[in-house]
Amino acid sequence: MGHQEKQSIVSIIGSVLIIGFYTLYVYKNQVAGDLEILNDFRFWGKSFLWLIPIGIGVQIVIHILFAIGNRIVTREDMPEISDERDKLIELKSIRISHWIFVFGFMLSMGSLALGMKPYVMFITLLSSGFLASLVSEVAKIIYYRKGV
Amino acid sequence: MGKNSPVISNNIRRLRFFASEMTQQELADRTGVTRQTIMAIENGKYFPSLELAFRMAYVFKVALNEIFIYNAEDDPVIRKTNPAKTNEK
Repeated sequence: MGHQEKQSIVSIIGSVLIIGFYTLYVYKNQVAGDLEILNDFRFWGKSFLWLIPIGIGVQIVIHILFAIGNRIVTREDMPEISDERDKLIELKSIRISHWIFVFGFMLSMGSLALGMKPYVMFITLLSSGFLASLVSEVAKIIYYRKGV
Repeated sequence: MGKNSPVISNNIRRLRFFASEMTQQELADRTGVTRQTIMAIENGKYFPSLELAFRMAYVFKVALNEIFIYNAEDDPVIRKTNPAKTNEK
């Protein structure tokens, strides 16, 4: 398995951990006992704004730890360059993730149009973002394995 | 033209052998890509850009068509657009 595939797997694990722990934390500390907060736009605004820097920070830490661990176990350095194949795979996987996010965005707007509560829209938006990032990494693994 | 395409094949493994058993890593370093990319090209899982193909030709000191072989008879586009010529063969 190449470095890039390992990195994608680490990213998937990181995303699952971040979204899992963050939603659990927010649910336990804010939502549990006060379900009305789900209809508060300020709550959703704050949750989304915190999730972005926390997510980026945790992903960076996870990747640094992975690079160190990988260096110790395999005694191989991570590739310093990102070549044309890496860039092509990155572009193709981003395109897939954009389509998924756009679909999720349409669904979330659809939920508003159908008169559902605003939290359905926010949850759909969050889920589509999460799903888009997961599928993007899975697509990368497939492209690296099967070819571009 | 897709992955493992029969339309374009390559002689990289053979050329590496004749270049004093040049390793994939060495070729990767000299052409500015990763070893995984060289491996993917050798296995027909990735077709390099023209720039990278020319760099490889420069490293091996051969013409481009000595590295990559184009089989027009197997190309569905050529078969469709030039049916008479491909049927002759």
